[in-house]
Amino acid sequence: MSRAIAALFSRRAPHGVEQFGAPGTGNSTLISVCTIAAILAAWWLVSHFELIKPLFVPPPELVLAKFARIACTEHYLERLQVLLGMRGEASAVCEGFSEHALHEHTLWSLYRVFSSFFLAVITAVPIGIAMGTSRIARGVFDPPIEFYRPIPPLAYLPLTIIWFGIGDFGKIFLIYLACFAPLAISARAGVRSVSIEQIHAAYSMGASRQQVIWQVVIKGALPEILTGMRVAIAFGWTTLVAAEMVAAKAGLGVMVLNAARFLATDIVFLGIIVIGMIAFAFDLMMRALERALVPWKGRM
Amino acid sequence: MSSILSLSHVGMRYPALDGSGAVHALEDVNLEFRPEEFVVALGASGCGKTTLLNVIAGFLRPTSGSIALHGHPITGPGRDRGVVFQKHALLPWLNVVENTEFGLKLQGVGSRERRAIARENLGLVGLSEFEGYPVYQLSGGMQQRVGLARALTSNPEILLMDEPLGALDAFTRESMQELILKVWARAKKSVFFITHSVEEALFLATRLIVMSPRPGRITHTYDLNFWQRYFDLGDARKIKSHPDFIAMREEVLSIIYGEEAAA
Repeated sequence: MSRAIAALFSRRAPHGVEQFGAPGTGNSTLISVCTIAAILAAWWLVSHFELIKPLFVPPPELVLAKFARIACTEHYLERLQVLLGMRGEASAVCEGFSEHALHEHTLWSLYRVFSSFFLAVITAVPIGIAMGTSRIARGVFDPPIEFYRPIPPLAYLPLTIIWFGIGDFGKIFLIYLACFAPLAISARAGVRSVSIEQIHAAYSMGASRQQVIWQVVIKGALPEILTGMRVAIAFGWTTLVAAEMVAAKAGLGVMVLNAARFLATDIVFLGIIVIGMIAFAFDLMMRALERALVPWKGRM
Repeated sequence: MSSILSLSHVGMRYPALDGSGAVHALEDVNLEFRPEEFVVALGASGCGKTTLLNVIAGFLRPTSGSIALHGHPITGPGRDRGVVFQKHALLPWLNVVENTEFGLKLQGVGSRERRAIARENLGLVGLSEFEGYPVYQLSGGMQQRVGLARALTSNPEILLMDEPLGALDAFTRESMQELILKVWARAKKSVFFITHSVEEALFLATRLIVMSPRPGRITHTYDLNFWQRYFDLGDARKIKSHPDFIAMREEVLSIIYGEEAAA
């Protein structure tokens, strides 16, 4: 075991500017591409030779076909042709799943996740900053946040239904709570990460407390806040399916849950892949935002 | 000449970590700063020199004694006392010139006016060509020069420098010493400079105070003129290898080591 771990550390001669012996150096993109290809190949092989029944692992082409059906690709392609005057009338019907096409499910879920996330950002970040900068705010907010933070959202889901009913507000509230704690905690940690020298420097240039908070502390906390946003949105997606368990008409979570009820494993796969890809795309966007907003991260 | 800043009977006690009594970081420190003086505090670690600087800067409140700036007691940090830190403490979201003018921006000085003052000070530390650079792309020595230009731009009465060259390599350090002397001569500021390098202290100081630990206090004071010789001769190496300089260095070192042995 220890030898296997040791093998992960670079003992080979360093390439270019690499440091000898630094663990895990080098580019890993090619390896990641190979991993993805291997997973897809394994999926295809396993389902094709029916090593596992399609009920458990549907073949990729079936999932792709389901994608075309639920996304109504044919229907929308025909409507596009009508629009371009290449066709008189669209004949293909849009079936969708659970009475909604894939994009409707997706938009509903995006709406729920991002409105919750947005509300959480505009409330949790100021509260976290207040907790970092004020003894009173820390005293007030620390107990409730630390109390509810480790509770799984499924545990307080019934409460949100009792309080807010089965409408969208309860769902958004549930996801909001999931996003809130990591954001508040990261904003607070960000405030703490600002060096005392930077704060002292500002004071000895005549800054007021307000100026120190606005021009030094908040900007210095930004890298941590952005990391917190990445963590929070992941929590949001995690909670989405739980939120949509109750009386939602459309949404990716609804789609997956309904599909599971009919043992439509291919649709479950499809829903999971769509959620994963959206979350991944958002994370890439956040990383780009990080590079643009806090290029000094890890370099100061 | 009247003094700018005066400390009388300043003492600082921290509660000991194990709760048994108190640590005497400073005891009965008396010090006067006159205009355009370059005072260097030298001592082994734990002698209270950084505590002394923090007390003057207003970051710490002394437990006894008083500090007055032009006769007015000091209650906290202010722009009359500019600080250069050991680790630059620059703001990475601002570029070089924005960092330099930051103090004036806080004071509400118009952007054109503050930019002009900042540029002048960047010129003084030899960084005119780098004004648009992000600070995290600069070397350690350049970051310290930005820190110096930034402190000068707020036009303080006195510059407090807390081991500003401590994190630099030996070559950069020596050239920075010369730069600091030149900037001091041009800006005509009082300076309080902390170091644990004897050579650096002797080379820069108009007045050297040697501090000793447990309790932190001033044990020796010297008026020095090696800085003057540097301006006359313009060769730092020649001054630092001169017999007078070496004799002085040995004298100061023997004080510091003598205290170590006695303690």
